[in-house]
Order: sequence, then structure tokens, then C-alpha cells
Amino acid sequence: MAGRPRQLGPPGEPRRIGYLYVLPAFLVYAVFALYPLLRAVHLSLFDWDGLTVGTWAGLSNYQEVLTDERLRASFGHALVLMVFFALIPLVVGLLLAAILHRASVRGLGFFRTVVFLPQVVAMVVIAVAWRRIYAPDGTINSVLTSIGLESWTRGWLGEYAFALPAVGLIGTWFESGLVTVLLLAGMGRIPPDLYEAARLDGAGAVREFFAVTLPSVRGEIAVALTLTVIAALKTFDLIYMTTSGGPGHTTTVPSYEVYRQAFELGQVGLACTIGVCLTVIIFAISFVITRVGDRVAD
Amino acid sequence: MIHIRRSLVGLGLGAALALSACAPGGSSSTTDESSAPAPGAVKTDAAALGDVTLTVWDQEVRGGQEKQMSTLNAEFQKKYPNITIKRVSRSFDDLVKTLRLALTGADAPDVVQANNTRSQMGEFVKANQLVNLDPYAVAYGWDKRYPQSVRNVASYSPDGKTFGSGSLFGMPQVGEVVGIFYNDAKLKTLGINPPKTWAEFDAALATAKSKGEVPLVLGNLEKWPAGHVFGVVQGRFTKADDIRKLGFGQSGGNWVTPENTKAAQALVDWVDKGYFNSGFNGQDYDPAWQGFTKGQGLFLIAGSWLQADLSAAMKTDVKFMLPPAPEAGGTAVTTGGSGLPFAITQKAKNKDAAAAYINFITSPEAMKVLADNGNLPVVETAAQKAPDALATDVFTAFGTVSEDNGLVPYLDWATPTMGDTLGATLQDLLAKKVTPQQALEALQKDYGDFTGQ
Repeated sequence: MAGRPRQLGPPGEPRRIGYLYVLPAFLVYAVFALYPLLRAVHLSLFDWDGLTVGTWAGLSNYQEVLTDERLRASFGHALVLMVFFALIPLVVGLLLAAILHRASVRGLGFFRTVVFLPQVVAMVVIAVAWRRIYAPDGTINSVLTSIGLESWTRGWLGEYAFALPAVGLIGTWFESGLVTVLLLAGMGRIPPDLYEAARLDGAGAVREFFAVTLPSVRGEIAVALTLTVIAALKTFDLIYMTTSGGPGHTTTVPSYEVYRQAFELGQVGLACTIGVCLTVIIFAISFVITRVGDRVAD
Repeated sequence: MIHIRRSLVGLGLGAALALSACAPGGSSSTTDESSAPAPGAVKTDAAALGDVTLTVWDQEVRGGQEKQMSTLNAEFQKKYPNITIKRVSRSFDDLVKTLRLALTGADAPDVVQANNTRSQMGEFVKANQLVNLDPYAVAYGWDKRYPQSVRNVASYSPDGKTFGSGSLFGMPQVGEVVGIFYNDAKLKTLGINPPKTWAEFDAALATAKSKGEVPLVLGNLEKWPAGHVFGVVQGRFTKADDIRKLGFGQSGGNWVTPENTKAAQALVDWVDKGYFNSGFNGQDYDPAWQGFTKGQGLFLIAGSWLQADLSAAMKTDVKFMLPPAPEAGGTAVTTGGSGLPFAITQKAKNKDAAAAYINFITSPEAMKVLADNGNLPVVETAAQKAPDALATDVFTAFGTVSEDNGLVPYLDWATPTMGDTLGATLQDLLAKKVTPQQALEALQKDYGDFTGQ
């Protein structure tokens, strides 16, 4: 009796059995991530108030997202927030991490904890705290008054020119710690002999940073950028708690619009459309970042 | 590889079919009971209804609200042992967000507190999820006890399109009125008499400013507070009936009128003269009135909902008044309405029991319980004894303005989007980003787009 030939090769061969291993995780993922996503795409094609039977709307919701001035502006605001949430923290983080890494500071663990602390606090709490800081009689204005700059005081979150940057700065404060800690970890893995070699070649601190440190942490930079960009694009709690999109409509962001359309205006279809668009944008940007990061890291 | 591609195509086709075939919301079949029960069919003897369990969703969670509700529920169950109340109470924000889903669910509550607005009650009426209360109003005499102006704020046409008239869909317990709180102690120190006319009010503001006080307190970070200030100023220039059309979003109104322009201009003048606290657009609502209790500012234009907190903090130093009448001897016009009305869901198993419950918590005896616990009863207000001096002011003011037919609806009730439009536009106006003309045009666009449909 000729038995079937025993299969050789790595576990998971043939492919079918390999997929079997993935199945449990995939099921969980499908139920809690893929299905809701598909359902959102489905709903985005309807005019639906969440109560009565929806009517097929085709792509008209998408058209509205593209043409409605206010919805378009909200995406623009998210891009501005990206600068505050991702780019500035990256610069700050690189600087801080380089300093902490180079000058073997005493109590490094303490500093690391302090800069990371904002990440541990709930965003809502942060928003409430900053609201008080920015208030007309808040900390910033008190400080300004005490150093004789009374003419500079204002209700920061209520000023058209300052509201969005003011909200953005909260993001900078929030994300800088995360970026710093990530980069510190990356820098810790750089072999010391690289620095030694650079120093033998007569490189100064600045040269050393650009020639050795920066190229070595590109992978970490990609991770940090991905995380912070996503955080910037999906900000909701911060806006909801600080400005409710005001003054006027100067600080609305897509996530806030999703909430507003779905829960306040009963436009569930349009809300899903905004959500889908946001997902696509986040996916595209993260894709580019990881691609670029990977390629350079190779 | 080929068979994979084919199955992918199949999947794509199937998905496309499924996408267009199953419209969302289609599975929950609405019961076809749109016609209200005939007046004769209404049973008002709650004791004879057999064993019933009523699930009630309310948002009476704070201090005196919570007390009146639990008192009335206990009394109701004592009177009708056959009816069990299953009370689910949650905060206003939670209720607003969950009600939409709850009503469409299989296990829907029987009695719910639904916000008067189009985005809540209006939508529910349109979706045929609330019971038309007209037959009950006749059977229980609600139409006699509740004045038309109060019933209007919980009335819709059966298709949910017209707000402020049509059939009754909810019964409110408490009233709300926007007026002017003032720091009486400070007024006396400045030698100003409580203003009786708009001219005196203007003079009081000017005097306060010249003596280095902040005349008007406003915290407008949340966007909506300025709407109440504007409502009061609008009442000075625009006729009540015109405001009602705009507020209820009924066709035939117009925002861009000389009267409304005067109102918007008056608001801008207050800004120009520096009457508001500085940075009001970036100031929180709560810290603003809390500052008022600590002696910052002279006048605070706000609603009766602040009465308990202000009274607790300022005792007899604070008083409340209606805005002055447009002309001497006339009636004051101001924003106001009701608290969240109680409504019966179409899915309620025993609608007669639900109506009996609503009747009980809005009865004359209930109004007394409401007043005893510091709430502002929506009817028979003047007959109640208020718990303190400030509450007496508020009770009197509400009684006067509702009987004089001077109550006008909240302006953001007009359209589903008006809350946001009004808030943002007034922020723009107060920050002088737009002229009064442009501001009114923005409001007119929102209103016109909606009523033109």
C-alpha cells in the first residue's frame, strides 16, 4: 500500500494549511475591522438618516465631500494639524533625543518619563487642562500680563487666526514625548564604534548627528511619523473638547464632521463617506511613509 | 490562478448586488399604526389596565430634577400598584446619542424624553416612532391646562415636516426662559436702578462701562451661548410672530429684514463699545457665569437653567428679570420653551398606561412637586411657591411671559443645521469677521434652503 508521500518543508505548507493558522486572527480582524469598514463603505452610498429606510445615493455623498466648502476645509485643517502633530514633534524629538543621547544625562530615566507623560494622560483631560491655559484669564495670558505684554493677551481659542495653531500646539506637546522616546530607543542601538570612527575623522557634534545618528534612526522616524500623522488626521476628542470646530468653522476636522453629521444632523450616509475618505487618506499617507522609510532603511 | 480571479469577479458582482439591494434601515419593519387611536378608544383608568411594566428613559439626573422624578415615580407606583416603572436615566448628551438607536431596536423603551428639536423629535415623528398624543390631550384635558404656546414647542405635523403646529407628540414638565440676571448688590453700589426699558438698559451698560465694570458677561467658546444673547436683542426689534416663523423653521419668514438688521447691529455696537468681557469668543460658558457669581460683570444674559447655581453662590445679591418690552407698556419677547418633553414610542406595549404615566408626571400635583424641588414648572407656574428669592423672580418672569404670549422658540430649532450655522455666524459677527448684513444672509440661506424644500 503506497502511502502518500510525507510532506517536507517548513510548517504551514501546503498553503491551505498555512491559511488555517491565520484563520482565528483573521476572523477576529474581519468581524471587528473589515466588516465595519465594508459596512461603512456600503452606507456611504446611501442617503440615510439612521431611522427610516435609506435611499440609494450612488456617489453623490462623495461628490458632496469634494464640493462642500466646509467639508473640504475640514480636510485642510487636518493637514495643518499634521504639521503640528508630526513634523514639529519630529524636529523637537530629534533634538531632544540627540541631546539626551549624547550628553549622558544623569537621571535619563526620569527625563524620559517626563517627556513621555502626556501620552499616558487621556486626551480629554489634556484638552480640558489646555482650555484653562488658553482661557482669557488663563495661564498664558497671566504670564503675558506679568511680563508687560498685556496687549498680546487674547482668548486664544476664540481668535480666528490663533485657534487652529493653538489646538495644534497641544498636539505638538502631546506627540513630542512619544517621538523622543522612540528615537532615543533607536539611537541607543547605534554601535558606539560608528561614533568613534566619525570622531576620528574629525566630525563635530553637528556633523556626527547628520552623518551617523540621523541615518541610523530612519526606521524609527518612519514609525514615529506614521503614528503621529494618523493621530493628527483622526483627532476628534481634542477638537470636540476645546473649540467644537469654532470660532466660525476654523478648526473643524474630518472626524468632528463625522460625529456632527451622524449624531447631530442624522446624515449617516454622508458621515460614513467622510469616514471612508479619511481612511483612504490615512492609508495613502502611511503607505508612502512606510515605503519611503523602508527603502531608505535598506 | 484563473479560478481565483473568477471567484474574485464573482465576489465583486455579488458585493455590488448586495450593495444596492439591501438599503440600510430596511430590516426593521415599522409597525403600521400611524393612525392615532380614536378619542373614544383611549382608556384613562390606569388601575384597570392590568399588570404593566413601563420602561421610561429620562435625563433627569441632576439634583432637583432627579428628586422630582424619583418622587413622582414612587407616588405613581403607590397609586397604581399594577404598573411597574423601569426607569433608565442618563445624561442629556447620552440620551441624545442613544435614543436614535434605541427607538429602532427590538427592545425599545415605552416612554422617552425626546428633545424638541427637528433632529430628535422631528426625525422620530417622521419615522413614525412616536405616538400622536392628540386623543390623550383631549381625554386628559391637557389641551385646556397647557397653553397653546407651550404645546406648540412639542408639536409637529404627522409627517414631521412642520414644527410648532400640528399634533402633540410630547408633554414637557418644566419651562425654560432666557432673561437677564443682574448683580443687584453691584447695581446699587453703582447707583443704577434695575432698568425697566431698553433705553434704561443701554444707559446702565454705559454707566457700568464708564465706572470700569464689565457690563455684560459672555462665555462663547461653545458657540451656542451667543444665540441666547441674540435672541434677547432680537426680541427688542422683531415681532414675536416673525421670530416664531424663523425659530420653528416655518415658511414665510425672512431673516434679512430691517428689524433683524437692527438687532444684529445692536449686538455689534455692544462689542464696539467694549461692553462684553474681553476674549468672550475664547471664554468657556461655565467659567463665565462662575466669574459672574464672584462679582465679575453686571449683567448676564442666560437661561433659567442657571438659576439654582447662581442662587446658591450669590444668595440675594443676584436677581432675574425679563428683557424690557420693545416699547413701554408692551409685552416682553424672549427666547424660551420647555424642557425635554415626554413622548410615547410606537413600540410601547401598553400606550394607555404610558399616557397615564405622562399625565401623572405633568398633573397639577406634579407641578407642585417640581416647584418644591427647585424646578420651573411649565404650567401653573405663578401658583407655585418658589424655593428662594431668585427662583421667585424666575417663576414670575416665566409665568408672565408665557401668559402674555411673549415666548419665542430657540432660533437653532429652525433647521437641523441651524444650531451650527447660528453659532458660527454669531461668532463671526461678534468677532467682526462679517457685517450684520452678511450674517443675516448666512442665516437666511440656512433657513431658506430648508423651508424652500
